[in-house]
Amino acid sequence: MTVGLSHYLTLAALLFTIGVAGIVINRKNIIVILMSIELILLSVNINLVAFSTAFDDLTGQVFALFILTVAAAEAAIGLAILVAYYRNRGSIAVEDINALKG
Amino acid sequence: MQADAIFFWIFSTVLILSALAVILARNPVHSVLFLILSFVCAAGLFLLVGAEFLAMILIVVYVGAVAVLFLFVVMMLDVDFAELRQGFLQYLPIGGIIAIFVAFELGYVAVGWSRSPAAAAAASPPAPVSNTAALGRVLYTQYFFYFQGAGLILLTAMIGAIVLTLRHRVVKRQRISEQVARNPATAVELRKVPSRVGI
Amino acid sequence: MLYDLIVFLPLVGFLIAGLVGNQIGARPSEIVTTSLLGLACVLAWIGFVQVGLGQTDHAFVVPVANWFTSGKMAAAWALRIDTLTVVMLVVVTTVSFLVHLYSIGYMHEDPSRPRFFAYLSMFTFAMLTLVTADNLVQMFFGWEGVGLASYLLIGFWYERPAANAAAIKAFVVNRVGDFGFALGIFLVFALTGSVSFDAVFGAAPNLAGKTIHVFGGNFDALTVACLLLFMGAMGKSAQFLLHTWLPDAMEGPTPVSALIHAATMVTAGVFMVARLSPLFEFAPVALSVVTIVGATTAFFAATVGLVQNDIKRVVAYSTCSQLGYMFVGLGVGGYSLGIFHLFTHAFFKALLFLGAGSVIHAMHHEQDMRNMGGLRKEIPFTFWMMVIGTLALTGVGVPFTGIGFAGFVSKDAIIEAAFASNRPGAVYAFLCVVVAAGFTAFYSWRLIFMTFFGERHWSGPVPEYKEGEAGEVAGATAGHSGGAGHSHAPEEHGDPSHGHAAHESPMVMLIPLAVLALGSVLAGVAFRYLFIGGGYEGFWKDALFLAQNNHILENMERAPWLVSASPTLAMLIGVAIAYYMYIVAPEAPRRLAESNPILYRFLLNKWYFDELYDLIFVRPAFWIGRLFWRGGDGFVIDGFGPDGVSARVLDVTRNVVRLQSGYVYHYAFAMLIGVAALATWYLFGGIR
Repeated sequence: MTVGLSHYLTLAALLFTIGVAGIVINRKNIIVILMSIELILLSVNINLVAFSTAFDDLTGQVFALFILTVAAAEAAIGLAILVAYYRNRGSIAVEDINALKG
Repeated sequence: MQADAIFFWIFSTVLILSALAVILARNPVHSVLFLILSFVCAAGLFLLVGAEFLAMILIVVYVGAVAVLFLFVVMMLDVDFAELRQGFLQYLPIGGIIAIFVAFELGYVAVGWSRSPAAAAAASPPAPVSNTAALGRVLYTQYFFYFQGAGLILLTAMIGAIVLTLRHRVVKRQRISEQVARNPATAVELRKVPSRVGI
Repeated sequence: MLYDLIVFLPLVGFLIAGLVGNQIGARPSEIVTTSLLGLACVLAWIGFVQVGLGQTDHAFVVPVANWFTSGKMAAAWALRIDTLTVVMLVVVTTVSFLVHLYSIGYMHEDPSRPRFFAYLSMFTFAMLTLVTADNLVQMFFGWEGVGLASYLLIGFWYERPAANAAAIKAFVVNRVGDFGFALGIFLVFALTGSVSFDAVFGAAPNLAGKTIHVFGGNFDALTVACLLLFMGAMGKSAQFLLHTWLPDAMEGPTPVSALIHAATMVTAGVFMVARLSPLFEFAPVALSVVTIVGATTAFFAATVGLVQNDIKRVVAYSTCSQLGYMFVGLGVGGYSLGIFHLFTHAFFKALLFLGAGSVIHAMHHEQDMRNMGGLRKEIPFTFWMMVIGTLALTGVGVPFTGIGFAGFVSKDAIIEAAFASNRPGAVYAFLCVVVAAGFTAFYSWRLIFMTFFGERHWSGPVPEYKEGEAGEVAGATAGHSGGAGHSHAPEEHGDPSHGHAAHESPMVMLIPLAVLALGSVLAGVAFRYLFIGGGYEGFWKDALFLAQNNHILENMERAPWLVSASPTLAMLIGVAIAYYMYIVAPEAPRRLAESNPILYRFLLNKWYFDELYDLIFVRPAFWIGRLFWRGGDGFVIDGFGPDGVSARVLDVTRNVVRLQSGYVYHYAFAMLIGVAALATWYLFGGIR
């Protein structure tokens, strides 16, 4: 069969769903949340690149490049915050992080 | 079947499975490793569609930097093996409904999308250069400001990460100039020591 | 000017004692208020001579100030001076002055003397406003003012719960009467278009046959109005059914009882009916009701007074009974008879109360007569004063002549008038008052015998040992007047085995007794001619209105000799029985009580009226109050209002707070829901 645009789109959709599910049903620790965010960004990247190829438009890939940049920066900051939080609280289990509880 | 189709199926299956493994694995180190596997598969997919620069950048940046960073942090922090399904069922009903909604909408878009005529008219035929060169041609000209902006973002991220995590430790250092400037007047002291008594 | 002074000097006294009394001290407050009242008293007698014995033909009005004008109704502050007014002025100021003087001695050890004298003066001012009123609204002002003063004075020792309860009871029962009074004023205004006496009296003859539709039927207008007004009089004068407050009012200090509940406030009702004689004369049904109620009161109160053991309560029921006599006099059309009896009664009843106060003072606040006895030799002056008062009250005199003590003249006149009247209810009234006269004699002499004769039921040094006990007696009196050794719960039943000698009261308390005794002896013979005799026309002039067919004063002269002698006969029978039961055979009362326990208890408990009213009115009122408080106010208003709103807000927040769990993944989930919703919105609506 010919692998067309829709296949890539479906794949990206699935990956997105898996990432979101990872955030929502996660009960273990914050790192999994950060990794799920990376998965989501990855799915968006796949989407963009697929469209770029389909329409012969480099804009998609340029955008994907920028997303990559931002994702890297965000991962770094996120992990820095996590480390700082861990140093103060001693735990990164999700259940223990409820200081915002009203 | 054609080769690229086969590869597509292989890559995409492994990608999905490893993504699932990322969120379902109990050992966080395993999660990170599966994340790396996901990135590699994605890179393969990118190669399949002809975006080789992006594929290599994915490996270098995501796998080589971000995922390794994850690994460092996971190993640095005292991360526990955690139970998996706690409270999973509590959210299943409403989560399921939301998921169905989202899936439905994604499907709706996936089936009914169409390209706008303006974009179609604006697309120019591709130039006979490699993907990398093509990207370069576009990045430093049309998207120059965004490029610089991305650089600033990275700078901010770097500063932020250092500010958040730097702990000032007292570090012993040598000060050569002081060492060289010692003189007996301040360095040595003469004491008279009575015998059989000591200092 | 004279009358302005009479009315407003007590007000000045009240203001001084009330506002700066604590600064200037107790003795100056006493002196200021008493002197001002003495001055007012002198001026009142001058006015009495001027108006009563003078040449002015009819009432004149001394305007004071404007009050209000509202639509058709206009009321002004003005003093209406005629014979009735000056008679009342004399009574009120004289008794008030003597009570002020007496209180200087009686309240000697009380810490709140300025307040007491201020209240006494305020009461006097209100009462004077009442009697000098030129319109119904001003009279109502005075009416309420005396009610307020009564409340304040009954509850003077406000730390005692019994006094507070009694004060509230007096005020509330008065209120019931005032409610009728107010309705009466409204009706009079509706009928005549004015509340001023001149206008109302002028319009009265024209209203004689009119009917109004009220309470679902057609009734004679003036009768309804007069009945409503009389309801006010019933409350204020403690007539049958609205009498329950008077005995309890004895919780107040004795001077208060003498002033307010013997001579002045309770006579306000009598005064009001007399003042409104132009109205009542055209409402014969109302007059019959007045007669019947008065007669019933006279009888009822006398029966209850037969068995009371508290000296003040005996005198209180006696007052209630004599007020009934006054209303009988008014009801048969003899307004001057009622007022004459009011006049003489003020003297001897005040005398009896102040004398009782002197006894209580001597017995160191013991009030139960069963703990007294044999006081004749200890306090001889008080004894003789009380005897004079009793002779006056029981109506001792020479029958068929007008010579006798004060009560003889006035009371016998009423009894003869009751016989001579041919109005409905007069026969019943005659029987009641004759029997009540017998009872009056019995309980009055019972009081004297139990208190002053017989064996002592209290302990203390025998008076023969005055020499040796001089030190102790002197020390006791010194300690008493210094007030150091006494724990003060005044008017409570003291310890009967007190150990102090009973001693006579100071001069400042005895002089008023003497003056009142003089009045009790002479007032009857001195004023009979003017009030109810041949000098009627020249004295009263047009103060009291008599209808064309009202010839009661002539008719009563023609009463048969048995009727004229009947009160004296009844009195002698009463004295004889009292003498037998308390001097000759002291065991007889107890034996009689034990052989008729139900009757005895019935009388002792005042015909169970308090219990009846408690059941019918008080408990349902409290029940309704509780219903509105807990159910209405608490449940409905608070529940749907502030409390309810705040409780619901708390409930809602408690549930909303559960959304704010603090867990990041919950918030991420919420974001996801939001994103899904947004996407749905944009896909199927909104932006295209």
